[in-house]
Amino acid sequence: MASSVISNPVTNSDRSRESSKRKKKKKNQIQSQVRDQQNQNHTKWKSQVQQQLYSSKLLQALRQVRLGSSNETPRRGRAVREAADRALAVAAKGRTRWSRAILTNRLKLKFMKHKRQRVTVTGQNRSKKPKVSILRLKGKNLPAVQRKVRVLGRLVPGCRKLPLPDILEEATDYIAALEMQVRAMTALTELLSGAGAGAGTTSSNSPADTLRSSRPPTS
Amino acid sequence: MSSRRSRSRQSGVSRISDEQIADLVSKLQQLIPEMRNRSSDKVSASKVLQETCNYIRNLHREVDDLSDRLSALLASTDTDSDQAAIIRSLLM
Repeated sequence: MASSVISNPVTNSDRSRESSKRKKKKKNQIQSQVRDQQNQNHTKWKSQVQQQLYSSKLLQALRQVRLGSSNETPRRGRAVREAADRALAVAAKGRTRWSRAILTNRLKLKFMKHKRQRVTVTGQNRSKKPKVSILRLKGKNLPAVQRKVRVLGRLVPGCRKLPLPDILEEATDYIAALEMQVRAMTALTELLSGAGAGAGTTSSNSPADTLRSSRPPTS
Repeated sequence: MSSRRSRSRQSGVSRISDEQIADLVSKLQQLIPEMRNRSSDKVSASKVLQETCNYIRNLHREVDDLSDRLSALLASTDTDSDQAAIIRSLLM
């Protein structure tokens, strides 16, 4: 009796150690798989194939815009921007939060057009409440870092309430997708505006170069 | 080590470590063209996040400009020029 009682704790701790080892291995496996997929996603946005797929989707969306467009400039430009974002979200194949958020936002706006005022009022009330940090961090508890991640969460669609690492992951994919969007739309604009517009400036530069040249130098 | 294990037992949902966050921030740094060449030791996370927000805002503005230009091009296709023919072949 006494021997069995003594031996039990030993086997229990062995079993728990083994199961925790197995859990750790599985978690590491899953993490590495997710990381591989993320790396694939990043290179995916840079490929020519992806850009061509996006361009053809964009053309389809623009066809529909053309048919129903008004002649007021801000509304027209806005319609093209929304079509481009929708095409970008479709090209992402629903694997990221921002793409799903773009596609579901369109549906929400369609159904909630008359309620838009009420929605913005509650939005303001929500922002006045103190934001409780749900992150358990050691060194990154600086309010500056957390504030900036919140700002980043507002810029990337669908990421306002996510925890910090999820916002950072979504942002990395979103940036790559936006760069591809700029490349594709620039190419399309140059194609449509004829040879004269693209003289000497933007044809072979990356969008980053054009952005860098347009921004004032930071210290 | 033991503190991390006890913390993970408490949260149960997402186990965030400093290393993970530093990894994500360095990945962001690689994407931003202005910060790609700086060594990751000398750059603070706050600076990387600031530059990320600025970069995304710039990309949004770029897309808005391109949208306006595209919409103007699409609207001005009432001529018989070559561009009108190209647009027609692409969009109709």
